[in-house]
Amino acid sequence: MNFDLVFKIAGIGILISVLNMVLKQAGKEEQAQLLTLGGVVVVLILVVQFIGQLFGLVKQVFNLY
Amino acid sequence: MEIVQIVGFGLIAAVLVVLLKNQRPEIAVLLSVAAGVIIFLLVATKIKAVVDVLGDLADHAQVNSFYLATVLKIVGVAYIAEFGAQVCRDAGESAIAAKVEFAAKVLVMVLSLPIIAAIMESIIRLIP
Repeated sequence: MNFDLVFKIAGIGILISVLNMVLKQAGKEEQAQLLTLGGVVVVLILVVQFIGQLFGLVKQVFNLY
Repeated sequence: MEIVQIVGFGLIAAVLVVLLKNQRPEIAVLLSVAAGVIIFLLVATKIKAVVDVLGDLADHAQVNSFYLATVLKIVGVAYIAEFGAQVCRDAGESAIAAKVEFAAKVLVMVLSLPIIAAIMESIIRLIP
């Protein structure tokens, strides 16, 4: 099964938190915020597609609608 | 045995969520949602088999398939609502979780109205 999605998301999260620390050290606060926003948007896109797949499957299994 | 696979995956996901919890709580919530979805996808084929067997048994016993279909719909609605409510509660928003559960109860009540009507009719028919 595709476990790699969880590891992909964890990787993105760790990368962003590290990059945030680096940006904060370099004094670029607003870019750190933008980076956080970008990271959350990327992860949200991945997860929302996955949830759509889940709901489609639940509809199929329990033949809702 | 899939259970070993599932439990192992669940532990790894939990550790990753804790790792991300304090720096990036929003990504941690999304991570726990993704883990929940993966575990359901692993088990979905088995649930489908159980549902098919139930359908065959109902047909064999000449039970009206409408009732079984309604029960399955209610189970589906309940599962999705439970999934959403637990995710909201994990994220610390128990108010939203309560609203989701309330909406699910209303939907289940609406789904079960035809069955309630059928029961009432049969009861009224029994009383001489």
